[in-house]
Amino acid sequence: MEFRISSSSCSSRTLHCRRYGVSLAGEMVRHNSYRLHCTFSHSASTSLRNAHLSVIMYSHGSESLIKQAREIQDSELQKFYSRLVKLLQGKELGHETVDSLQRLHLILSANKYIRTASEEASVAPLLPSEQFQVLSSAVLRETLPPAAHSGNYSQENIVQLNSHAAALLLSQAGSRADVSSLCSQLLRGLESHHVTLLSKKLVDWLRYASILQGGGASSGGFFTGPRSRQSFTEDQWMNVFSFSALRHWLLTYHSVSNGNGTADTAHRLQLSLSLSHSHSFSNDDRSEVDGSVVSMVSATSSSSRLLPPKERLREKSFQYCQRLIEQSDRKAHKKSDADLQKACLVEAVCILDCVCEEDASLVFRAFPCIKALFGRLSSDLSFARVLLPIAQFYLNHGEIAAVDCGLVWALVFGRFPAELFNDPFLAHELLRFLRLNLESLQLRVPQYTHSFPNLLKFLAWDSPAVVDDFVDLLPSLVTAGTAVELLHTLLDLPCLSATLVLQVRSTCLPISEQSGRGLLSLDAFRSPSFRGLFLFLLRGEAGSGDTIDRLSTLHELLVETADWPRVVQCAQTVPVLLHIFFNTVITVADEKLLAHLILVMLERSSLLLNIPKYNKEIHRVFSSHLLRLCKLHPSLVWVLGEYLSVSCDSRCSVTLITACFEALEAVLFEITSSAPPPGADCPAPRVVTTLMSALAKLASRSHDLIPRGGSVAWCSDEEDLVAIVTRGEELWSLLKAPGVAQSVLTPPAH
Amino acid sequence: MLPDPHSVPGQCSRGRESRVLYCRVFGPDESLFTDQEREFSPEERRVLQREQTAVVARQVRSAASLSRGAAGRLLMEALPGEEALALQEADSGVLRLRAGDPFPEEMSALWLGVQSLGFTLVCEPHENLLLAEGTLRTLTRHCLEYLHLLGPGSEVLLRSDRIDALLSRLLPHGQLLFLNHRFAHSLEKEVAAYMTK
Repeated sequence: MEFRISSSSCSSRTLHCRRYGVSLAGEMVRHNSYRLHCTFSHSASTSLRNAHLSVIMYSHGSESLIKQAREIQDSELQKFYSRLVKLLQGKELGHETVDSLQRLHLILSANKYIRTASEEASVAPLLPSEQFQVLSSAVLRETLPPAAHSGNYSQENIVQLNSHAAALLLSQAGSRADVSSLCSQLLRGLESHHVTLLSKKLVDWLRYASILQGGGASSGGFFTGPRSRQSFTEDQWMNVFSFSALRHWLLTYHSVSNGNGTADTAHRLQLSLSLSHSHSFSNDDRSEVDGSVVSMVSATSSSSRLLPPKERLREKSFQYCQRLIEQSDRKAHKKSDADLQKACLVEAVCILDCVCEEDASLVFRAFPCIKALFGRLSSDLSFARVLLPIAQFYLNHGEIAAVDCGLVWALVFGRFPAELFNDPFLAHELLRFLRLNLESLQLRVPQYTHSFPNLLKFLAWDSPAVVDDFVDLLPSLVTAGTAVELLHTLLDLPCLSATLVLQVRSTCLPISEQSGRGLLSLDAFRSPSFRGLFLFLLRGEAGSGDTIDRLSTLHELLVETADWPRVVQCAQTVPVLLHIFFNTVITVADEKLLAHLILVMLERSSLLLNIPKYNKEIHRVFSSHLLRLCKLHPSLVWVLGEYLSVSCDSRCSVTLITACFEALEAVLFEITSSAPPPGADCPAPRVVTTLMSALAKLASRSHDLIPRGGSVAWCSDEEDLVAIVTRGEELWSLLKAPGVAQSVLTPPAH
Repeated sequence: MLPDPHSVPGQCSRGRESRVLYCRVFGPDESLFTDQEREFSPEERRVLQREQTAVVARQVRSAASLSRGAAGRLLMEALPGEEALALQEADSGVLRLRAGDPFPEEMSALWLGVQSLGFTLVCEPHENLLLAEGTLRTLTRHCLEYLHLLGPGSEVLLRSDRIDALLSRLLPHGQLLFLNHRFAHSLEKEVAAYMTK
């Protein structure tokens, strides 16, 4: 299929690009009008059809349309093409032509793989309206781009492209080399020159804002615009567009080159295209679109230039944002403008951050403004999303300016998670802030590692949305000092989930009203006698205790919450978090802590909120990590045997002992039942005997287990083997007299 | 801004699958700038782009249905003419798209769920999400109105040029715009003029 876009009115040149099955011959003209002309070459490839997408649709009508588009036979498609071409040839371009173009677009886009067809057709007429432009671009987007290299682009006609066509070529460029050459040709080859010119223009457009302001009470500056007129001047529009593109421009323009010059150039070109495109819309005379980027950037700014262009733009951006922030204390009248005001504040603070990164001397000028803004907004939670970029600014530059950031962190780690855990956008941005600044935060914010009870509220409320963030963040929250409390907290995340739901419901439901649908949990939540339990779960910081004594009471109170969607979703994420926890904790914990953690595991295996499958999943995680820990630190096994007795701890129930026995049995079996791989060490005999002793001790405390006390020993060294067998026989004979075994093998309580 | 797909996946409440009804990507193909061993052919890149869109649509669909389930709200059926109400009742959220899944760089996918339709705006890390949220709402409102999406029709498939025209004004080349109500109103008048042709 060959699209030939030609025009008879202008003496423009043709642009030939051979495509795979599709040829594009384009004569891009200065007018935003061009002719669409379809010819189809006899190309080799057959039409491919994607058949595997689903057929379930939101409306039957759409479904049948898509089906038709996919299943259209080549011959039918060719007839359709010829009809379309004939329509395009006609002078009157009416509804039928538009409709046919739309159908062509649908046919092309509904197929995952390119449709090709073969037909010859002839030339077409002018397509004056925007609708045709849009439709033609859309159709071209669905066709294949030029496969050829830059040699195919002739310099002159490239420059003539309007922004639609230029964007199309850019988006379809097939290789880095193509992008690079296209960019350099579009930017007339002098990349740095163009960038300078555009930067100067940006300065002009930004300066316009200062003209608008300072007028009287009626002038609201950026936020209100001119009051009397409905239409805007070009400069006013460019003011809007410049501010909109400024941050990205600064980032690509000013950033230290990471060697990816092509990417930066392409991004700058894309920005230029959007500015030039917007520029075209700001003109009243639509037919006079001058798409050339370079020509848009007219005379350089004539105002005094004490600084080089890059620095000047930085300075102007700084001043503009400072002004914007200062003006933002005026209340916007419409809600949409109030929302815009917040967005502008975010942008302004980010731009200030950006320019301060480039030029540290600006930090001292920026901080008074930022501090004042913080002071104004910090008590208003509806501005939380504006406060996050402010926190970023403090984190990046606070040290240089020797500013105390305590209040900022109190918000970020305190109020925000505690009170805004159910704002999905804040959650996303706050967690992203943590992820992107992890090293810095660990260094500068001492309370970070103790803030997990608060941070985990985001996860407890909406696990599916943020679990991915916590997979990245959790390792940084695992420290020797907080590991035990963190483990308990993770195991009780579903309880936290239920509590947050209750908290939200409680604030919605009047205090006087009974929880009509018999919500015992809500009554419990509000009841003074259980307040302490819930308050512990809702605590903001670690350090006040590993867990509560009355956990089983809490679980009973929350039993009806076990099928609440949030609770269930949360429970599903706990196993994966536990894996991460254990994988991390072995890197920071000593043996004593590991022993403590094992005891927590054993204790909690029977102390979990009763959600279907939850217990089973947790046990599975526990046994795999218990096994691993025992292999890493065999002496832990001794700990288990020694201390797991009712005389040491009243919580050592038969169930617990049995669970432990089974775990150790599994360890022993694994170690002894198969030969170690060649070259690896044989398990130390001490491990084996310790295991056997531990098993025997446990068996003696729970007589059901005695028959299972025997095991198979494997050892290559005869001396060791003798030692093991001897010990085994000693233990076995002891166990034959259970009463004696118990008193011998269980140490007294001290 | 780049690439910045705006996609409108259609979701059926009964089934487990969804279909992308419209998708637009802006800017050069970002994968060109990553270190790759082979360069894809144009057709392969087109397929890749379609698959990336499908991945995003699936994830949004999943997020939206989980979010609705958790919120426990009943799905109300808004009728044509009740677009503003439908928008007010819409579920919304934001997804993290990890680097490599499916785009080379990490992205944030903002989404709005209106009945069985999902509207998604994928943003790059430097983009202003607060502004993007407002922009997505505005775009959704216009799509609902001008494409009669609350009715049983299938107009979106044959009227995609309307979405293109809408995007060319409110999101030119993928650029988010800071528009106060007056500028917005001016652009919306242009949009209305296009739609009535």
